[in-house]
Amino acid sequence: MSLVRNFPAVSILLCLFAGIISSGLKKRAAEYVNTILIFVAGLLSLCTLLYILETGQMFVYVMGKFPAPWGNEIRAGVLEAFTALFFCIIMLLSLVGGRKKLADEVEEGKTFLYYVLMDLLLASLLALVYTNDLFTAYVFVEINTIAACGLIMIRQNGRTIEAAARYMIMSLLGSGLLLMGICMLYDLTGHLLMSNIKEQMKWVYLAGHYKIPMLVTIALMSVGLAIKSALFPFHAWLPDAYGYSTVSSAAILSSLVSKGYIFLLIKIIYRVIGFEVFYESRIMDVLFAFGLMGMIFGSISAIRENDIRRMIAFSSVAQIGYIYMGIGMGTQAGMEASVFHILSHAATKSLLFIAAIGLTEVSGGSRQFIELTGSAYRNKWAGVAFTVGSLSMVGVPLFSGFISKLLFAQAAVQNDVKMLPALIVLGISTILNAIYFMKTVIRIYTPVEEHKYGSMTFKDMKLYVAALFSFIILNVALGVSSQPIVDLIGQGLAMFS
Amino acid sequence: MSKLRPQEEYEKTKTFRFFRWLSGNKDPYIGEVEMQPQKEAEVPETTILERMSEQQMIRNKVYDVKNNKKLTFFNKVYVAAAIFFCIALTALLLDMVSYLPRTGNSGNPDNNLVSKRYIEHGLQETGALNIVTGMILTYRAFDTFGETNVLFIATCCVMILLMLDEAILKEKEEKDDRRFEPRDDTILQGTAFVLCPFIFIFGIYVILNGQLSPGGGFSGGAILGAGLILYTSAFGFKKAQRFFNELVYKIAKITALCMYGIVGSYFYITGANGIENHIPLGIPGHILSGGIILPIDICVGIEVACTMYAFYALFRRGGL
Repeated sequence: MSLVRNFPAVSILLCLFAGIISSGLKKRAAEYVNTILIFVAGLLSLCTLLYILETGQMFVYVMGKFPAPWGNEIRAGVLEAFTALFFCIIMLLSLVGGRKKLADEVEEGKTFLYYVLMDLLLASLLALVYTNDLFTAYVFVEINTIAACGLIMIRQNGRTIEAAARYMIMSLLGSGLLLMGICMLYDLTGHLLMSNIKEQMKWVYLAGHYKIPMLVTIALMSVGLAIKSALFPFHAWLPDAYGYSTVSSAAILSSLVSKGYIFLLIKIIYRVIGFEVFYESRIMDVLFAFGLMGMIFGSISAIRENDIRRMIAFSSVAQIGYIYMGIGMGTQAGMEASVFHILSHAATKSLLFIAAIGLTEVSGGSRQFIELTGSAYRNKWAGVAFTVGSLSMVGVPLFSGFISKLLFAQAAVQNDVKMLPALIVLGISTILNAIYFMKTVIRIYTPVEEHKYGSMTFKDMKLYVAALFSFIILNVALGVSSQPIVDLIGQGLAMFS
Repeated sequence: MSKLRPQEEYEKTKTFRFFRWLSGNKDPYIGEVEMQPQKEAEVPETTILERMSEQQMIRNKVYDVKNNKKLTFFNKVYVAAAIFFCIALTALLLDMVSYLPRTGNSGNPDNNLVSKRYIEHGLQETGALNIVTGMILTYRAFDTFGETNVLFIATCCVMILLMLDEAILKEKEEKDDRRFEPRDDTILQGTAFVLCPFIFIFGIYVILNGQLSPGGGFSGGAILGAGLILYTSAFGFKKAQRFFNELVYKIAKITALCMYGIVGSYFYITGANGIENHIPLGIPGHILSGGIILPIDICVGIEVACTMYAFYALFRRGGL
C-alpha cells in the first residue's frame, strides 16, 4: 500500500498528539507547536489530494486490523482532501491575523490552553471531513462543540461567558438530535459505517419498510446539524458568540466550525441516506425554505446592527442561508454551488473579521460605526482588506462571492419549481448585502476633520498585513480561477456516491 | 483474674472513649473540631447592579416590564408555545417508536453479521473475555481514543473557566477554604482513613480486570477518582498535594494520553498496512491478556481519575 494512504489518519492523530503535548507546554512553545502542526496537516492533505488526483480514485483506510463493518474506517476522496487543505490554510491565516489581539485579550497563563483547543479543533475538523463512520463523526462532533465553547469563553468577560453558555445549550441540543438520528439509523439498518448503512438503506427503501421512522431520522439529523451550523431560526446563539469572542476565534468559528457541520450534513446526504432517498423525503424543501428566510432576515438584522463585529456575525446567518438554499435545491448543481460557497464564505468571512479588528483597533477599541468613521485612513491595509471582503460578499466580479452567486443562480435556473423564489430572494439578499456592506465601506472611508486616534503603520503589524494579503489573494484566486475548483468539487461529489 | 486498671490509665484507652461516646457524655466534635458558623456572603447593592447585564437593565427601563401588557402577554404565549412544542415533539417521537422494529426480534436489522462476529470471534480476535471491552478497545479503538480526548478537552475548558492564578489562589485559600464545613472532621477522617485504601485497590482491580470482567478503564478510573476526592475532602488539599499536585497531575495525564496515542497509532497503522503487530494476545482469562486492551485500560483509567479529581479541585478551589 502506498505511503500516502496513511496521511489522512496520520494528520488526525498528529493533531490529537499535538493537543495532548501542548497542555504541558508554555505559551510560546504551544504556539510554535500549533503553527507547525497546521502547516504539516496542510501539507499532508495536499499530498493526499495530489495522490488522489493522480490515481483518480478515492481510497478507504482501515483504522486497525479489522475491516469494514467491524472496525473504524476513514475515507479520502478529492473533496475531502481539498476541504482539509483549505481548512488548514484558513485556520493558519486566521490565527496569524489575530495573534496580537489574542495576547491582549487572553490571560497570560491560559494562552497555552487556547492552542490546545485549537489543535483538538483541527483534529475534529479533519476527522469530520475524512470519517467514513457515523459514530466516529459523532465523537468528533462532541470534541468540536466543546472546543468551540472554550474558544468563545477564553476571552473572559461577562458577555463571552453568556455567549458560550448559550452556544453550549443550543449546540448540545443539536448534538442530541444528531445522536438520536444515529441511534435510529442503527436500529433500522444495523450498521454504523456509512457505506454499509447506505446499502442497507437502499434495500429498506425499495422494500418500502419503515417509512415513518426513516423520515423522522432524516429530519432529526438535518435539524440537529442545522442548529449547530446556525441555520436561520436557530441562529440566536450566533451574534454574541461571534461578536464578543477574540477575533481569531470568531473567524475560525464562522468559517470552519459551522462549515464542518455542513460538510458532515452533505456527507450524510450523499454517503449515508442517499441522495434519492433524501430528495424523496421532502426535508430538502424545508431546508430550502429556511435557507431563503435566513438570507433575508439575517441581512435585515445585519442592517439594523450598530456594531461592526455583530454586523459581520449577522451576515454569517445570511450566508449560511445561501448554503442551505443550495442544498435544498435538490440538484447536483445546487450542491456544487453550496460546496463552493462553503469555501468562498470561509475565505471571505475570516478576512472580514480580521480586517474589522484592525479598524476597531485604530478607533479606540470601539466597534460603533460613529467611532469607525475614517478609520480606513488610519489603518490603510485593514481598510483595503475590508473593502475587498465587502465587495466579495456583495458579489462583485473578480472576487469569490461573485462566482458563488453565479453558481447559485445557474443552479436555480435548472430547477423549474424552485427557480422563481430562489432567484427573487437571491436578488433581494444581494441588495441587502450591498446596503450594509457598502454603508460600512463608505463610513470607514469618510474623512474626519479632527484626529482623535493615532494611526497604525506597516511596521507595527507585519504579520497582520501578511495574513490580510494572503486572504485577499485566496479570495481573488477563488474568484478568478474558479473553473478548476468547481470541476474539482464536481469530481469530489461524484466520488461520494 | 483481671487486673483493675487505675482510672487515669483507663481514661486514655479507646474503650473508655467509645463507651463515653456511646453514653453521650461527651461530643467528639466539641474541643476537637474547629467549627465555624455559616456566614451569608455579603453582597453590596452596587455589585448586584453591575452583575445585571447591560441588556437586562436597558430592557427593564425601556419596556417597563411590570406594567407592559403586551410584554406580559408575549411572555405567556412564549411559555405556552414552548410547552406545546415540547409535548408535540414528544408525541411525535413516541408515535414513531411504534413503527420501529420490535426489540428482541431475531429478524431485526441490527441482528446482523456485525454483532455475530463480535460474539462468535471476539474471544479469538481480541483475547478478551469481556466482549464489550474487547469491542470498544480493539474493534472500535479509534472512537474510544476520541472519547478519551473528549474528557481531556472538557478539563481544558473547565480550566479556562475556573483556574485562578497562583497568587489569588493562595490568598483565597487562607480566607475561605472550608468556610462552610468543619476542619478536621473526626468522623469523616476516620471513615476516609479506613475506606480510601480499599477504594484505591478496588479501582485498580477494576482497571486491571477490564478484559476479564465487567469494568475497564472508564469505570475503574471513576472509582479511583472518587477515592481521591474522598481523601481530599477529608484531609484537605495540603495533604493531598503531597502526592497529587499540579505537576503530578500534568505528568500523569500527558503520559497516559500519549501512551494511549502511541499504542493506538501503532495498532491502527500496522493494521491498516497489513503489517503484523507484535502485541501478544495472551491466554484468554489470564490477567496479562487481551493484547492492547490492558495498556489502553490503564491509560484510560489514569486519565479518567485525573479528570474527575481535576473537576472537583477546580470547582472547589480553582486550582489543583
